Amino acid sequence: MELQAVLMAAGGGSRMMDLTYNTPKPMLPVGNKPLMWYPLNLLERVGFEEVIVITTKEVQKMMSTDPKMKLEVKMKLDVVCIPEDTDMGTADALRHIQQKIKTDILVMSCDLITDAALHEVVDLFRAHNATLAMMMSKAHEFTETVPGQKGKKKTAEQRDFVGVDESGKRLLFMANEADLEEGLSIRKSIMRKHPRMHIKTGLVDAHLYCLKKSVVDFLAENKSISSIRGELVPYLVRKQFSKAANSQTTKDEADEQSQKQKDGNVNLDLHILSRDEPLLQLAQAYSCWNDHRGDMSDAYHGGTLRCYVHIMEQGLCYRVNTLAAYIEANRLIGSDSIIGAGGQIAEKTSIKRSTIGNSVTVKEKVKVTNSIVMHGVTIEEGCNIQGSVICSNAVVGRGADLKYCLVGNGQRIEPEAERTNEVIVGSDQLMEI
Amino acid sequence: ELSKEEKQRLRKEKKSQKKNKEKKDEQDALASEREKNCAPSTLSQPAPAASPPVQAAVSEPPAPAAGAPPADKPAKSKAELKAERRARQEAERASKPGKKGDPGPQSTAGKPKAPPSELQPVVKRLPEHVQVDNPEVLKKLAKKLERQQIPLRSDYGYKVSLFSHLHQYSRKAPLTQQLSIPSTVIHPVIVRLGLQYSQGIVAGSNARSVALLHAFKQVIRDYVTPPNEELSRDMVNKLKPYISFLNQCRPLSASMGNAIKYIKKEISNIPSQCKEEEAKTKLQDCIDRYIREKIVLAASAISKYAIEKISDGDVILVYGCSSLVNHILCEASEKHRKFRVIVVDSRPRLEGREALRRLVKHGISCTYVLISALSYVLPEVSKVFLGAHALLANGYVMSRVGTSQIALVAKAFNVPVLVCCETYKFCERVQTDSFVSNELDDPDDLMVTRKGKTQLEGWQQVSQLGLLNLVYDVTPPDFVDLVITDLGMIPCTSVPVVLRVKNVDQ
Repeated sequence: MELQAVLMAAGGGSRMMDLTYNTPKPMLPVGNKPLMWYPLNLLERVGFEEVIVITTKEVQKMMSTDPKMKLEVKMKLDVVCIPEDTDMGTADALRHIQQKIKTDILVMSCDLITDAALHEVVDLFRAHNATLAMMMSKAHEFTETVPGQKGKKKTAEQRDFVGVDESGKRLLFMANEADLEEGLSIRKSIMRKHPRMHIKTGLVDAHLYCLKKSVVDFLAENKSISSIRGELVPYLVRKQFSKAANSQTTKDEADEQSQKQKDGNVNLDLHILSRDEPLLQLAQAYSCWNDHRGDMSDAYHGGTLRCYVHIMEQGLCYRVNTLAAYIEANRLIGSDSIIGAGGQIAEKTSIKRSTIGNSVTVKEKVKVTNSIVMHGVTIEEGCNIQGSVICSNAVVGRGADLKYCLVGNGQRIEPEAERTNEVIVGSDQLMEI
Repeated sequence: ELSKEEKQRLRKEKKSQKKNKEKKDEQDALASEREKNCAPSTLSQPAPAASPPVQAAVSEPPAPAAGAPPADKPAKSKAELKAERRARQEAERASKPGKKGDPGPQSTAGKPKAPPSELQPVVKRLPEHVQVDNPEVLKKLAKKLERQQIPLRSDYGYKVSLFSHLHQYSRKAPLTQQLSIPSTVIHPVIVRLGLQYSQGIVAGSNARSVALLHAFKQVIRDYVTPPNEELSRDMVNKLKPYISFLNQCRPLSASMGNAIKYIKKEISNIPSQCKEEEAKTKLQDCIDRYIREKIVLAASAISKYAIEKISDGDVILVYGCSSLVNHILCEASEKHRKFRVIVVDSRPRLEGREALRRLVKHGISCTYVLISALSYVLPEVSKVFLGAHALLANGYVMSRVGTSQIALVAKAFNVPVLVCCETYKFCERVQTDSFVSNELDDPDDLMVTRKGKTQLEGWQQVSQLGLLNLVYDVTPPDFVDLVITDLGMIPCTSVPVVLRVKNVDQ
C-alpha cells in the first residue's frame, strides 16, 4: 500500500465557539452536508478506499446517525476515538495511532473544502522522495458581513511567512509571525544553497500533509511535539539544512552523535539517512539532472530530508475554522439556494442565496436572503432574515427582523424583534470563554 | 447513397479480403515456421545454426521469454527467411486446406520479430510506437492498456508532419493524474519511477536502467505467488503492465529493453520446484550481478581502454552529459593525465552544464561552448569522446540529438571521434535515419523566458508554427573512428559481430 489517509476530526473549532458549542465542528452543516463529508469525498474521489478518522465519541455517534455519511461515503472508515477532555494536538493524535500506520500517510483536517488536484501534492512527494509535502493556497478575502462583528474586521490572524525556492516547489522556510519577535532571520546555510528565495505571506495552509512513515516513528519517540502545523512542520523545514542531515553521516558517526545529543533529533537522522539505498544513489549519480544550478553541489545539495509545497494558484480551497469562512463556504457550495429534505415551506416566501437545512418549517410571507438556516429551525410568519446564521432547533417568532445576526442553538427569538449585527446565544454558553 | 444490400455486399467483400490476407500471412508464417523447425509437430526442434533456437511450443508463456533473447535478429535472419519462405510458398499453397488448423500463437511465438515485451507488432512488423498516426494501432494500444488497467496518455500539441507518427507528451500532464492516489494496480515504486522518468529527474541511459532494475528488485521483493500459479510465469505477467506504464511515462530506452529481456529470461528460467523465497533472492542476486557486471565493471574496463588513448596535452571535446564519458575523464585526471576538456552543450536540455559541474569539481580545466560554436573550437581539439544511448546492429550510433553534427564536423576537421558504449546497450535494431524511430519531448521546453517575456508563449495559436523537440539522432559509422566497449576497442562495423557472439552465448 502506498499511502494511508488520516482525517483529523477532533478539533474543537475554537475560533467559532458560537457555532460549535452545541454541534461539534466536523458535523457543522455546510450546504446541508456535514463539514467532514467534504474531505472524505475528496479522498474517495481520488481513489482511497480506507480512511483512519480520529475524532471524539460525540462525533462518532453523530456520524453513525447522519444519513449523508452513511449513504454517500463508501470508503471504509476506521474511527479512532480520543478522549474529549485531554488537550490532544494533531501530532499527539498521530502518536496515538502509531500502531496502525504501516506506510506513508496523508493527513487532512476535517475543515478543508477544496477541489484541488491531490495528485500534484502526492507527485511532489513521490518524485523527489520527499519527507514532507504539503499544500497551500492563496488566501481569499472574505467579503460577506459576519454577524456579530462590529466595525472593520481586525486582522486577528497572524501571518505566516513561507519561503520557497526559485521553482516554487521546495519549501525553505516556514514561520509564524508570532514566533518572529525580533524579525525574520534566515540561516546562512540556506542562503548559500538557495540564493534566491521567494517569501510569501498571503498563503493559507490547507493542512494537507504527506508524511513519510519515518516521521511518525520519530514522533513516537519524541513526545515533545504536539502539533503538526505549529511544531512538526517548522521543525522538518529547519532540519533540511541542519548540519547533521547534510553531512551524509555513516552509521558510526550517527552513533557518535547520538551520544552527544540527548534529544530525539538524531533519531530522525537515523530514520531518514538509512533510507537512501546504494542503487538509488548510483542511479542519481548517473543521472544528468540537478534541481538547482550555479554551484558545485550534487542534486538536492546532497541532503536527504526534503520538504515540498504545492501552492494552488486557482481553485477552491477553504479552511472552515472561523465564522467568516463558514459563511463563505456555504455561499460557495450552494450556487443559489439549497433546501433540505423533510421541511415545510409555506406560500409567499422568498428564499434567495440561502441554505435551508432539513426539517425546517418556514411559514408564510417570510423573506430569507443570504442566510444559513440549519436543521430543525422554525421560522414563523412574516419574518425577515438577512445575512444571518440560525443554528439548529432555533425558533424565530412572527414578524422578527434579523439582519446579520447569529442565533445560537435552540434559541427563541421573540416575535416582532428587531436585531441587527448581534450574536444571540443562550446564557449557559456565555459562560464558556 | 448505397442501398442496404449493396452496403452489406461491400462489407462481406471487405471481410473476405481481410480473411484471405490474414490466411496468406499465416501461411507465410507457418511456412517459415515449419521450415525452421523441420517438422510439422509442435515440439521444440534444434534449428539451423543461424536461426535462433525457437521453442515453438503451443503454450504461450515460455514463448515470449525464450523467444525474446533470440527474437531480435531481423538483420540476418530476415533475408534468409524471405528466400526460404518464397521457395516454400508455392508448395504450401498447394496443400492449403490441410494446414489451417494450427493455432495462431505459433506464428507469433516462432517469429523472430523484434518485440520488446509489450509491443506485440501486427504482422506488418512495425512496432506500435512509431505508428501513432495509424488509428487502428492506436485502438489496439488503447485496448491493451485498458486490459492492463493502465491509463492512456494523450498526445499534446501540434506535431510536425514528418514526425507525426511518434508520440508527443506534455510534462504538465503526468500519467498519475488518471491513476488513483494510493496506487493499487501499479506498485508504488513503479509509479515513482514513472514520475521520475517523465519529469526528467532520472535521465540518461545508465541512470534509467539502474533505477529500473532497482524498482524491479523492490517489486520482486514484494511479490507473492498467488495460489495455483507458478512464479516463473506469473511474475512475468505481473511485470508486463508495469512495463507498459513505464513506456507510457517515457518511451523505453534500448538499454532498458535489454535489461528487461534479461530479467524475463532469468525469471522464466527459475525451476518450478524452487521455493518462493529462494527464487526471489536468486532473482535479486541476478539483478545485482547484472548491474555490477554490465554497468559498473564495464565502466571501469572502458575507462581503462580509453585512458590509453588519452595522452598528455590533449584537448578533448565532449558533448552533453554522458555518465560514462564523465567517468572516463574523472578517472583519467586521477591517473594524472594532463588534458583539458571542451564541453559542448545544446538547448533545450542544456545537459552540458551538469557535465561541466562534475568535471570542474574533479579539478579538470574546462571550456564551455554551445553547439553553434563547434566549428570555431574544433581546430584546437585533439579528440572527441562521445557517449551513446544505443549502438544499432548496422553500426550506427544512436545518441543525444546533436551528436551526429559533432561527428560530422569533427570528420571534416579530421579529428578522431571515439564513441564509448557498454555492450548491454547494443541493440538489434537497424536504423539509417533519425526519422523513423525517435522520441519527441515536450515542445513547451523550447519556450524560454527572458526579461519577463516569453516569445513563443502562444505558439499553439499560430497555425503554421510547429515546435519540434527531438531527443535522439543516429550517427553513421563513417564518422566514428573507434568504439570503446568493455570487450575492447572495436571499429563501428564490428558491432553486428559482437551481437552475434552475444546471442550465441545465450
